[in-house]
Amino acid sequence: MHSQQQLMDSQSVLVIEAGRTERHYWKDLWRYRELFYFLAWRDILVRYKQTAIGIAWALIRPLLTTVVFVFVFGKLAKLPSDGMPYPILVFAALLPWQFFSNAFAEAGNSLISNANMISKVYFPRLVVPVSAVIVGLVDFLISGVLLVGLMLWYGVVPDWRIVTLPLFLAVAVVASMGAGLWIAALNVQYRDFRYIIPFVVQFGLYVSPVGFSSAIVPEQWRLLYSLNPMVGVIDGFRWAILGGENQLYWPGIWLSLVLALLSAITGILYFRKMEKSFADVI
Amino acid sequence: MAVAIAVENLSKKYIIGHQARERYTALRDVLANGAKRFVHKVTHPFAKPEDDATHETFWALKDINFNIEQGDRVGIIGRNGAGKSTLLKILSRITEPTSGQIKIRGRVSSLLEVGTGFHPELTGRENIYLNGVILGMSKAEIDKKFDEIVEFSGVETFLDTPVKRFSSGMTMRLAFSVAAHLNPDILIIDEVLAVGDTEYQKRCLEKMEELSRDGRTLLFVSHNLGSISSLCDKCMYLERGRLKQFDRTAAVIANYNQVDNRESSVEISAAMRVKGNGSILFRGASLMGISREPKTAFLIGEDIQLELTIESLFEGAMSFWLIVFDSTGRPLLSTHQRDQGMVEISCGKYRLSYRTKGLGLMPGVYTISAGAFDPKLTFLEWIDHFQTFEVYPTFRNGTPFDHRWGLVNQSADWRLEAW
Repeated sequence: MHSQQQLMDSQSVLVIEAGRTERHYWKDLWRYRELFYFLAWRDILVRYKQTAIGIAWALIRPLLTTVVFVFVFGKLAKLPSDGMPYPILVFAALLPWQFFSNAFAEAGNSLISNANMISKVYFPRLVVPVSAVIVGLVDFLISGVLLVGLMLWYGVVPDWRIVTLPLFLAVAVVASMGAGLWIAALNVQYRDFRYIIPFVVQFGLYVSPVGFSSAIVPEQWRLLYSLNPMVGVIDGFRWAILGGENQLYWPGIWLSLVLALLSAITGILYFRKMEKSFADVI
Repeated sequence: MAVAIAVENLSKKYIIGHQARERYTALRDVLANGAKRFVHKVTHPFAKPEDDATHETFWALKDINFNIEQGDRVGIIGRNGAGKSTLLKILSRITEPTSGQIKIRGRVSSLLEVGTGFHPELTGRENIYLNGVILGMSKAEIDKKFDEIVEFSGVETFLDTPVKRFSSGMTMRLAFSVAAHLNPDILIIDEVLAVGDTEYQKRCLEKMEELSRDGRTLLFVSHNLGSISSLCDKCMYLERGRLKQFDRTAAVIANYNQVDNRESSVEISAAMRVKGNGSILFRGASLMGISREPKTAFLIGEDIQLELTIESLFEGAMSFWLIVFDSTGRPLLSTHQRDQGMVEISCGKYRLSYRTKGLGLMPGVYTISAGAFDPKLTFLEWIDHFQTFEVYPTFRNGTPFDHRWGLVNQSADWRLEAW
């Protein structure tokens, strides 16, 4: 047991001033690293405790959506599938899309649903929306099992490109984090933004190439179409999983990547700027 | 002794919207106000920019200075809206000060509410981990102290039961137990004793004493002057955002309870508002005797009149209510206008008068809270502790007497007849 005086000497002095939080922020974020895991763990645990079929929900949702999309786009609209089984074509796109929409929606609402914690305890607020994205990743991994099942069923064997999959997933993570941080911070100040979330999720499903291949978009519009960062991610997923003759539209991929990074960087900056007043406003 | 907390010129400003029903703003309103201002500018290009009448700045804390030495146990008292919670929130870094500087030496843990982050669906065990991590412990630390936490909480047998099946007392004990094992150098606690049974309160106080014996610094807010005086050796008295007194606990409490710092007419500030949707606003209150003379001290059994000025945006039936608290913050009595029937109100300004024939209060110092309900018991307004008054420790004729027994006083008609 050391003496109290020694203890005091070894302690650093914390200074609190208007606009000062900046300095210890990233150190604090590291100190609270376990909170990322525990908040994600709580959300997953609670979700599956309240449901009767539990984890199966992560499988049923993408499965049913795939069935509908295969029927509407493949059978009724007869959109081309580049010789691939239509279910796999759809599912390979649905997987990243559902990850994005879940992660974005959960992150966007995360501050409001944890309002009590924010007004009563100090921790870097960035932890909250980021953990929501982690929850989305876990769901993604669970539904990923379904994709493996479908590939086995249709006898689709991926080639070397499958190893690039994590890169495209990373772009989706960055994009959802960027959009989620923006909406989360805005949502605290202006509750209108909670109505934007379901709109983006619903609208995005149809403007992203989930039910069809982006190859049907005319060449001159491809770059414009790629302004939606999920276009690049979805194309990348199909390219990595389906293999074959599939060609990547590189300018679109780069554009997606840049836009995703841009949204994440500005998202973090805006979030950090607004964060100080969260507890006063929420 | 080394200084643990040094506070210099600390101020915190809030901006309060009068019409705002909630603290957040709707984008709709921002856009609408912006458009209105723009139209006004275009149509009245030479008019002076008008003040934004819907907003009012409010200094929750103003120019606070103090030093707390390591190992001190400091109580913080003050009426509602005095800035106690704001001070704790700034010290625990939940919110930023507007100006001023604070230096803190050592690890700070704050407990502004018992059980923050507890999830009812999760089990006791799961909540210990979750709550611990939220409060800033590492998983390894919790692992190490897990048995101690469980033992102190006394809920061993329910460890794997979802917390929603716990009684509120059990939840409280578990939550306090987690917080008590944080092992900080400085522990900041707000009103955790306001809830829970006496046994729980006793345990909490004992634990806090134990922590401070280990040389930890303690900051403790409570309405309960009893626990402040038994736990804290120093005490801060905040009044309307200013530090009025910082001294030995006994001296501060004596001053706090003094009759002199009471006013018979008070303006009601937004900070005293606990709840309400803004449709009924109490603006001011005056305390008076039987013939409307301003008064804050009464003889036992004397008639009391309270007059509230009210602004109403509400139309329809509603009713008012009033609560009297003793000096430790314990509610003693309440009266509801609805017992007599609801009243109809429409938009406009009103004066509400409340008159009682001899409150059944014992000698002591009391505070009043009041509010309004709509027929569905939604809070239209709720203002806490806006007025203080005293009942003299005397007989009705003014002769000193402080040997009354019991909890209530009853005025009665005594008659002695020879037969």
